[in-house]
Order: sequence, then structure tokens, then C-alpha cells
Amino acid sequence: MLTRRIIPCLDIHNRKVTKGVKFQNNIELGDPVEMAARYYEDGCDELVFYDITASAERRPIDIEMVREVAHAVRIPFAVGGGISGLPDMERVLLAGAEKISVNSLAVKTPHIIREGSRAFGAQCIVLGMDPLAVPNDPRFPSGFEITVRGFREHTGIDAVEWARKAVDLGVGEIVVNSVDADGTRAGFAIPLTRLIADAVPVPVVASGGAGNPQHLADVFEQAHADAAIIAGMIHTGEYTVSQIKADLVKAGIPIRQTW
Amino acid sequence: MIAIIDYKAGNLTSVKLAFDALGADARITSDPEVICNADRIVFPGVGAAGAAMRNVQDLGLISTIRNVVEKKIPFLGICLGTQIILDHSEEDGGVDTLGLIPGKVIRFQPTDPRDKVPHMGWNRVQASTRHPLLANIPDQSEFYFVHSFYPVPDHPENRFAETTYAGATFAAALGHQNIFATQFHPEKSGRIGLQLLENFTKWTPNRSA
Repeated sequence: MLTRRIIPCLDIHNRKVTKGVKFQNNIELGDPVEMAARYYEDGCDELVFYDITASAERRPIDIEMVREVAHAVRIPFAVGGGISGLPDMERVLLAGAEKISVNSLAVKTPHIIREGSRAFGAQCIVLGMDPLAVPNDPRFPSGFEITVRGFREHTGIDAVEWARKAVDLGVGEIVVNSVDADGTRAGFAIPLTRLIADAVPVPVVASGGAGNPQHLADVFEQAHADAAIIAGMIHTGEYTVSQIKADLVKAGIPIRQTW
Repeated sequence: MIAIIDYKAGNLTSVKLAFDALGADARITSDPEVICNADRIVFPGVGAAGAAMRNVQDLGLISTIRNVVEKKIPFLGICLGTQIILDHSEEDGGVDTLGLIPGKVIRFQPTDPRDKVPHMGWNRVQASTRHPLLANIPDQSEFYFVHSFYPVPDHPENRFAETTYAGATFAAALGHQNIFATQFHPEKSGRIGLQLLENFTKWTPNRSA
């Protein structure tokens, strides 16, 4: 049986892992390579790194960091932020990452998905999306609007419509990061995640709101997520990956138990 | 020296880094001479079967690969590399492939919409035979998979391990004599994957066959 994946997310700012709420008030938590190695040893199934200021500062992603992570862990990892086109994607993949996450770039230039997918394979191209709840707005049949640039800009695009279009263009996976749940640690956005997971034939990763192991069990069982991203709950030391996995096993969720 | 065959089908950095971590001398190459003189061959790859076969042909590697297999050099296929050592793939409208082991490659056809394609993530692998490359790996260990098509060897004796997904129980590992080939990615499967690669670096097929 395919197991559900637990994916620690490391937001990188100036070569340090940071954590904020809704992209605000970021505090430094540690060295990304050391933290990646620690989570790998503790049994995480995959990792994701976002160079959160690369785009805003108009600089390329920190390739040396990607290389160091690739040396430190023997599991797949994705990298996002500061990707401006195919040459950046290629650099990231050659440095040892499995996947590239595109978000604002894909909204601005959707064909980048097709180009990346053709050049490197659909399994390499992950769509990150930041939907915001906009109930009762007739422009958005799903009830969610896609935002970009760290939730700062509205796009006028419906979340489900965008997910379907991105799959047609060739994404191999979609990370659904709820603007409303992000950083709250009050649980994943269940209806939103389920809406996207049930609308597309590719794996869906839930993101935003994880605060305890029950939140992960809920998003796997109720929202049909294939994987879940966690951040604050482990970065602060409140939980460890292996603890979370043990709780999920008890809850009857298929989880990778030996590593 | 271990030759990791580069036929422009995906990124081989992870494979090389995994052998580096084991202290093995592995080189990424598409040079037929280097490949022929290697002690062991790794044939990895991700991407589509059609383009992969064209690249193998354009690089003049078909006879090289046949040669090293006939010379009984230990040969490890990974993912797309495993698929194209069979006879035929359904991918890209149907592609004839290398035919080193009788069998075909077909697409997952999930009946439950919750079974997503690609099959992406960690899935349990059950050995169907005792093989030196599976030594010190507990049954039902999880390995990392990412693929939309899966291998179906014609003969049951070529199936070394099985995995179930989307209603199909398929050959997660297959082979014959000096060939061992996995649909999963040992180079991305943590310590258990490294164990398999370490087993490969020590494998003497003639003795075990």
C-alpha cells in the first residue's frame, strides 16, 4: 500500500530557516542543511525548501545550499522560490533536487509548466498554489481565489480551474497551501484540500495549518491528501517527525515505519 | 569502477551521490569504451520511453549494453532503465525497447479516482525470491517510487519482488542472471535503498545464479 508522505517544509531566508505567520514576522530557526539532515534521520519522507526572498530580491536560488542538502539526505526533495525559467530549473535538478516547485511564476507564465514538464518530466514539476477563501463571490465557483507573491496579490483565477489547467499543462503534483490556514497551527483547510484532491488525477499535498498529529490524520482521511507539509510544529521542537508518524500509525494511516 | 550510463534520460546526480556516500567509485558516462571496461553498470533514467530509446540509439549504446549484459557484468536497472530492458512499452503510442528480458510495460489504469497517477511516494516491497541484492532488507520495506507505467515480465521467474498499487500487483524488482532491475529508486530510498546499492557493489552474479 502506498504510504502517506510527511514533508517538513523549510522556508529559507538569508541561508537560515525561518518561520512566520502569513509570510510576516519571520524568526530564524536554524541552518537548513543541519535541519534537513535531522528530519531525514528522524524518518521524514520528503523535504521541501522555499527560498522565500529570492523572487522579491530578484536573485537566483541558493544553488550551493541545494547541493549541500543533496549530499546530506537520501530522500527526494523539492525546491521553490527564485525560479525564473528552464535554466534555473535545470541548475536545481542537476544540484540534486528531484522536484521544482513553481507558484507565482506559473500564474504569470503558465507555459513554463509545459516547458518544464517536457524538458524534465511531469514528476519534476510541482505546482504550489496559495488559494484564499472568497465565499459567495460569483467569479469563483470553487469559493477560492488564487493569490501570488506571498498572498500579497489577487489574480482573479479560480482555484479548481487553475488546478485542472496546470494538470493539462503537465504538473505532476500540486501543493495546496491555504492562505487562511497558513501559520495558524489550527488544522489544515479540509474542504479546500479535498476540493482540489478530488478534482485532479495527480497527487495533492496539503499545506498550511498543521499543529498536531490529529490534523494530519484528518487531512489524509477527510481531504484525500496524498501527503502533508509540516513546519512550525516540528521546527519549534514541540513534536518530532517520528512521534507524528507513530501517532498516525496508531490512527490507522498507512505510514512508512522503517528507515 | 561503476559506470552510470548517461543516455540523456533525466538527472543522474542522485544516483552518483548515493554511490559516493557508500565510498564507491562511480562515474556518469555515455562513452561506450568506459562502459565496456566498467566492473559494474547502472542503467537509471526518468522520462519517456520513446525519447529514451532514441537517445540510447543515437549515442550508439545499444550494442554496448548488449555486450556488457552478455559478458555477465553486474547490471542494475532503475526506473525507466528497468522499463526499457523489457521488449515493449505502451508509452508514447508504443515503443519497441531493448528486449534483454521478455516482457512489456503498461500504464496504471486506476478504477478508484483516489489512486493518483503518477504512483508517487513510498510503497511496500515484498520479495518473491531470495536474491543477494535484497539481503539485509526486511520484507515489506518501503521504497520510493515515481512512475506512471509499470513492468510486466512474461516469466514469473524474472519477478524478484512485488508492489501493489491502483489495483495492480507489479514487479517492483525483476531480472535474470547478472541483471537486477528496480522500478523504485534505491538512490532516494533512505538507508534501505543504500543497503540495496551496497549489496550491488558486492554482488558476484555467477556465484549466486
